[in-house]
Amino acid sequence: MSDITLQAFLAQLTIGLIGGCFYAMLSMGLAIIFGLLNIINFTHGAQFMMAAFLAWIGLTQIGPWLGQPDLQVNFWLALVLAPALVAVFGMAVERTLLRRLYHLDHLYGLLLTFGVALVMEGGFRYAFGVSGQGYEPPEILQGPVDVGFMLLPKYRVFVVVASLLICLSTWYLFERTKLGAYLRAGTENPRLLQAFGINVPVMITLTYGFGVALAGIAGVLAAPIMQVTPLMGGSLLNIVFAVVVIGGLGSILGAMLTGLGLGLIEGLTKMVYPEASTVVVFVIMALALLLRPAGLFGREA
Amino acid sequence: MPETVLETRGLQAWYGESHVLHGIDLTVREGECVTLIGRNGAGRTTTLRAILGLTDRRAGSVRVRGEEAIRLPTHRIARLGLGYCPEERGVYRTLTTRENLTLLPRLGEGGLPLDEVLALFPNLAERADSYGGRLSGGEQQMLALGRVLTTGARILLLDEITEGLAPVIVEALGRAVALLKSRGFTIVLVEQNFHFARHLADRHYVVEHGRIAAMIAAHEVAAREEEVGRLLGI
Repeated sequence: MSDITLQAFLAQLTIGLIGGCFYAMLSMGLAIIFGLLNIINFTHGAQFMMAAFLAWIGLTQIGPWLGQPDLQVNFWLALVLAPALVAVFGMAVERTLLRRLYHLDHLYGLLLTFGVALVMEGGFRYAFGVSGQGYEPPEILQGPVDVGFMLLPKYRVFVVVASLLICLSTWYLFERTKLGAYLRAGTENPRLLQAFGINVPVMITLTYGFGVALAGIAGVLAAPIMQVTPLMGGSLLNIVFAVVVIGGLGSILGAMLTGLGLGLIEGLTKMVYPEASTVVVFVIMALALLLRPAGLFGREA
Repeated sequence: MPETVLETRGLQAWYGESHVLHGIDLTVREGECVTLIGRNGAGRTTTLRAILGLTDRRAGSVRVRGEEAIRLPTHRIARLGLGYCPEERGVYRTLTTRENLTLLPRLGEGGLPLDEVLALFPNLAERADSYGGRLSGGEQQMLALGRVLTTGARILLLDEITEGLAPVIVEALGRAVALLKSRGFTIVLVEQNFHFARHLADRHYVVEHGRIAAMIAAHEVAAREEEVGRLLGI
């Protein structure tokens, strides 16, 4: 243990933080969707993957497809367009499929979204194969930056800043604005909110779209860091579900803090005992379920 | 005679397979205060819920200011100008008092501004930043009534607003309802406490087995005391 320098510690913490940012963005989306729709959105990983693919298609494929090799949808445009497209796709799924399941048990929504995820992953695998595609970060974010204790790729610094901003604005929107008050009221008692004159069905569709868009933003941000493959979302989602369980289903703040915290813990575990780094999240999940079944930030039902 | 603002004809309603309302006929005119009285389980709360489309299924006719509402979704019915205070009060626990009071959308002209609601219910002013879940039963009831007044809805459906509350709070609520009536609100009151209701209402509908068993005008109550007692099981 004594050979761990402060420098290595900080470096590992930073790497953990980057992972934690993705966990936080994805688990916030899941928590928002679960809160209002009572649906455990297993499509979340596939939607994350879809956005990354759309970004990659925009950068490398669309030009040749259209016979205009110079045509490119750059990273910044993709950061807006891909989440929007994925959100529209998600809202179409909500309108046509999910909507029919709200009066049934959670299990049906889970099965449906799981099925949709398999179809999406299968579709992308059929079209683009399973090998990973590279995605170049934009020029302005290429190269390293000296953060004092290590040289960090500029792009990763950008990811941390951008995702923290997104998480904090989402939290602010949800907890401190009128729109957020509607969402919280709808989470608590949607029928009554409708009896007060709010168009709850439309609100549900838009909320699902918003949660999915968060996954989409995470997907585009992940494209230059992870390999873009049809399976990139599925593996990440396992951890994200553990995050949501630990933080407490339906708690926005809980999802964010737990996501960041677990990223850090995972990073540190890699340094202390690398073999355990993939397991540590699930060990914590088991402990949380034993000691605080409603989650660290959840309310007892 | 003032115009009819709320009317149901042959209103039937179901929860799942259970057929709760078997044809309710109500007529409520502008500015009237009307009660639905009767035994527990007679279908009074369900009548209010069916007017708003909150039951699983309903049939018959509901007209709000002349507009047929039986096929409208719940939020469109509310937007015809109905303000609803549910039996369980429905205060949002995760919202503060202030957020609860400013949450509801405008349904018509002349909604009370927040400071007037707080003047009407001073207890709420002291608790403005407390979460709804932390309020006492009486405070929650004032909040549920107060927030409906912010909407500008002129037809109020109030369900058991005195239930389980201390006499002093029941009195305060009685004053509030009387004030609303004097300001020209139309009020449909579901009430268990007949002594509370008899001094406020112009007419009483007695609901029994999902039907209207009798309609008693305020001036007839004294003469028909025995019949009322029998119907209510007092």
